[in-house]
Amino acid sequence: MSITKKDVLHVADLARLALTEKEIDLYTGQLQRILSYVEKLSELDTSGVAPTTTTVPPETAFREDRVTPSLAQEDALRNAPLSEKGCFKVPKIIE
Amino acid sequence: MDLTSLTIHGLSEKLKNRETTSVEATKAFLKRIEEVEPKVRAFITVTAGEALKSAGEADKRIAKGEGITPLTGVPIAVKDIFCTKDIRTTCASKILEGFIPPYDSTVVRKLKEAGAVILGKNNMDEFAMGSSTENSAFSPTYNPWALDRVPGGSSGGSAASVAASECVASIGTDTGGSIRQPASCCGVVGLKPTYGRVSRFGMIAFASSLDQAGPFTKDTTDAAIMLNAMAGHDPSDSTSIKAEVPDYRTFLTGEVKGLKVGIPKEYFIEGMDKEVEASVREALEVLKKAGAALVPVTLPHTEYAVGVYYLVATAEASSNLARYDGVKYGLRVDETGSLLDMYKKTRDEGFGGEVKRRIMLGTYSLSAGYYDAYYKKASEVRTLIKNDFDEAFKSCDIIATPTAPTAAFKLGERVEDPLTMYLSDIFTISCNLAGIPGISLPCGFTKEGLPVGLQLLGRTLDEGTVLKTAYAYESATEWHTRRPKI
Repeated sequence: MSITKKDVLHVADLARLALTEKEIDLYTGQLQRILSYVEKLSELDTSGVAPTTTTVPPETAFREDRVTPSLAQEDALRNAPLSEKGCFKVPKIIE
Repeated sequence: MDLTSLTIHGLSEKLKNRETTSVEATKAFLKRIEEVEPKVRAFITVTAGEALKSAGEADKRIAKGEGITPLTGVPIAVKDIFCTKDIRTTCASKILEGFIPPYDSTVVRKLKEAGAVILGKNNMDEFAMGSSTENSAFSPTYNPWALDRVPGGSSGGSAASVAASECVASIGTDTGGSIRQPASCCGVVGLKPTYGRVSRFGMIAFASSLDQAGPFTKDTTDAAIMLNAMAGHDPSDSTSIKAEVPDYRTFLTGEVKGLKVGIPKEYFIEGMDKEVEASVREALEVLKKAGAALVPVTLPHTEYAVGVYYLVATAEASSNLARYDGVKYGLRVDETGSLLDMYKKTRDEGFGGEVKRRIMLGTYSLSAGYYDAYYKKASEVRTLIKNDFDEAFKSCDIIATPTAPTAAFKLGERVEDPLTMYLSDIFTISCNLAGIPGISLPCGFTKEGLPVGLQLLGRTLDEGTVLKTAYAYESATEWHTRRPKI
């Protein structure tokens, strides 16, 4: 599998990263090298092997339906770069 | 008496007998931090005021004899990945530089409730991504045994602060070896519990199916004391296990007669450092002399572990780190007033090189057309790695290996080459993929005076046997009593 600059730009867009030209070149080479290394996994036949995504028994965690205090609005907003009238403020989305 | 040289059980005894006070001990550690921190840089934030205040409260509790635990009044340090209420928590990232959590992580809350005094927040690789602590956005940490060497990573600050006696004990996190490998590099004890044994609530997420918190201590008894305080089910973490927590100190008997210690041939490989191998083999002989039986075992899929890890961990990271978007907390870079542009610029400026590299790799392996070949394949091979351990534990009670293939390497030596850096974790990664507990403890020194670590891996939820074996080894040797001269 060979990684092109175009692939890197596409992935950077998906990951919401505005990479610089220098970073794009660097990551194209490095991702190529890392992916060639993990290519090793294709040596193994895993047909019929179930994937492991967690090592704890996948049980639904039930709890009592009780009202408990939650994070106060002002605490939740305390770290916001910009907030107004109790809301997180972001740049305009709809013209 | 130098209070900073004490273990938890040593200091606790002196506090109980009124030979010293928590305030006195806390002051001694703050002074020690002031002295050695310019050389070691194990902390991002030192919380002297808060520490002295909780030390005063601990002294009152001790005076009244009420609600005392072995941690009451004991000064510890906390990796800057754990949320601490009203105390800056950065994860060593520019993107969280000014973040002040409105709540405590469960682990920190439990340690505070046990009476521990928190001296400050330890340096680390940004978002726990790294094996050398060179990826911190603020400063590298330097190995107290040799200041031109790395302390390991990602919990390098936590390991170095214990080695340099800047605190009695500390806590870190281990996703692919981030407690055990720095413990090995710094000559201290580092324990990674079973996945789910300790709550992850309030611990900033890197790879959620692998991350687990654990202690760094000067000896095994202290590790048991810390785990006693940290372990247990937490309703705020749905992956924390509902199982009784034993008193881990009851396992510290020194008795290992008849214990079967598995030696996997895949962990004694060509190219590993000869001095490391010699120290570890000698450690195995010590266990044998103590009455344990050494049995050969095989973990045939070991060579695939690093590949599996760097696909699974980065996929989970790319998803976890999507939350840093300049909206709810942390850095915001907004030049044009467009939302998408704000996201992208914030993330490019806020994340360091290694974090971006991993987000890119994880996003790639989860993206359309590549998911089956990479993420799914890696999750299937993860099953084979887990099965290897299940199979091996049919013929042994514990597995012993080196913690890392080399002693601490030099700063700058591996930064240019991510893949070589990733291979530093070759012996620690499988344990996280299988979710089992592991410990690293000092088992010797190289000719240059660098510590070497012995790793012990146990069955799921069997931290008891891990600690029992470690304690038996420790009782027969003196490596853990050595301290660096700085």
